[in-house]
Amino acid sequence: MSYLNISNVDVVFPTANGAYIALREVHLEIEKGEFIAIIGHSGCGKSTVLNVVAGLLPATRGGVLLENREVNSPGPDRAVVFQNHSLLPWLTVYENVRIAVDKVFGKSKSKAERHDWTVHNLKLVHMEHALDKLPGAISGGMKQRVGIARALAMEPKVLLMDEPFGALDALTRAHLQESVMEIQATLNNTVLMITHDVDEAVLLSDRIVMMTNGPAATVGEILPVDLPRPRNRLELADDPTYNHYRAEVLRFLYERQRRPEAA
Amino acid sequence: MSTVIAFSTAARVEPQRLETSAPMNMPARQADMAAANIERQPPVPTMETATAPVSRTRTRVAAILRAVILPTFTFLAVLAVWAFVNAKITSDIPAPAEAWTRAVEVLGSPFYDAGPNDMGIGWQVLYSLGRVMAGFALAVVVGIPVGFLMGASRAIHQACYPLVQILRPVSPLAWLPIGLLVFQAKDPSAIFVIFITSIWPVIVNTAAGVQAIPQDYLNVARVLRLGKLEVTRRILIPATLPHILTGMRLSLSVAWMVIVAAEMLTGGIGIGFYVWDEWNNLNVASIIVAIGVIGLVGILLESVMNLAQRHFDYNRR
Repeated sequence: MSYLNISNVDVVFPTANGAYIALREVHLEIEKGEFIAIIGHSGCGKSTVLNVVAGLLPATRGGVLLENREVNSPGPDRAVVFQNHSLLPWLTVYENVRIAVDKVFGKSKSKAERHDWTVHNLKLVHMEHALDKLPGAISGGMKQRVGIARALAMEPKVLLMDEPFGALDALTRAHLQESVMEIQATLNNTVLMITHDVDEAVLLSDRIVMMTNGPAATVGEILPVDLPRPRNRLELADDPTYNHYRAEVLRFLYERQRRPEAA
Repeated sequence: MSTVIAFSTAARVEPQRLETSAPMNMPARQADMAAANIERQPPVPTMETATAPVSRTRTRVAAILRAVILPTFTFLAVLAVWAFVNAKITSDIPAPAEAWTRAVEVLGSPFYDAGPNDMGIGWQVLYSLGRVMAGFALAVVVGIPVGFLMGASRAIHQACYPLVQILRPVSPLAWLPIGLLVFQAKDPSAIFVIFITSIWPVIVNTAAGVQAIPQDYLNVARVLRLGKLEVTRRILIPATLPHILTGMRLSLSVAWMVIVAAEMLTGGIGIGFYVWDEWNNLNVASIIVAIGVIGLVGILLESVMNLAQRHFDYNRR
């Protein structure tokens, strides 16, 4: 049995015009320490998969097993990096991470340890210079860094990232991708990341899960990315293997799963 | 460098516009800050650097002068109209100079006390403020929890909203007879009227604030497994506080308007009754002074609420 098992998940939303089948028979097995990217056109239900794993959305059929235990409610063992950073705007950068640290380690760590752990995680994402700033006073990229620090600070069994860099400009995005790779090299987390960026998927992940278009979206193909780490985007730009993987994903997205309205 | 950017945008399923260009080898933090700085950079001044500070002071002085001179003109215009009314239309309205003399008299000894029927204007204002504060405090204590419940529960919202809609547009003074009947006393009735005045904006704004909380914050709370009490204390209250403060601010300024009218009807000590009393004595100059005082106290209340908002509202810190 794998570490994280998404087992034949169906998600059906009741609507005014009858039931809408968002996901059908989504099945995915993820090993410990794997970095998985889920890619697909917008509206295909990528985020729905992530929300089911997070426990924020119940599966209509099927379920999620983490270390052989069913999970059906949210918890810090499946920390989420939200698309819109979701920092609490009335708390400082430090307090935004500290609230998570206090909640998860309130009993097991002393006050001083919790402080150190908070600062340590903000250091990991290079945000130790802005501890006392309010989220309104830092840039979008920095907010997302704090969002990642907050998630990492929970020491999750699975780190869930919902299009974490989707709202950022290309350069900031590239820097955050570097940071994620750097952190992944040290912590070796199990990561499930939703993305619509082909390069991001190939650069970061061990396997790319390509989803078919909704309604009734499901796993179309899984592409293992066999590139040595650490990966360098500049070197990979001319790497034939890298370009082969990119082409595979693009072919899936544009030939086999062309969006009906884009046709 | 440009090739890297080119491929990373070209291959995106939903391409985004490239907005900044900073060197790729910049440390992440610096690059983030560079991106932030580019947006914030002020326009480059075109004037010579030596003259720049001088002309900056000059614009500043000009701005201050304008802020003083323009209102002065308006004020003088009002005085002119006032003097015209006194001279040509009715001499029952005292001349500005007469009102000024009265103002010096009244404001010169605001806290004299010659028995319950003859007290300084300072006392009158304090009594009125006391009633406003009592009614306002009660409205806040009752209105915030009710607003929270209405914002948090669809059923409670549906149950209460029509009633709020019907009662909100009613002039609070219409409640005065009910207050007099129930309490059989002037003071509690006036406080009751202020309570009714203040409660609707507090309820409506609190409920709207709770409803406006982004689902994201609540998802954060769910992932952290915060308990009901923690969600209220750490998410709901801070997130709604700006709305609550807006409601309180609206309430307070209307309450200050209503107390004058309420006291005219109930009598006793208070700025409203003072106006009414001076009217009965045909002492119009005193009424004009009272109008000025009421306005100034209104500004004071407004700035107190402003201060509170600046302190508690994370949007304005």
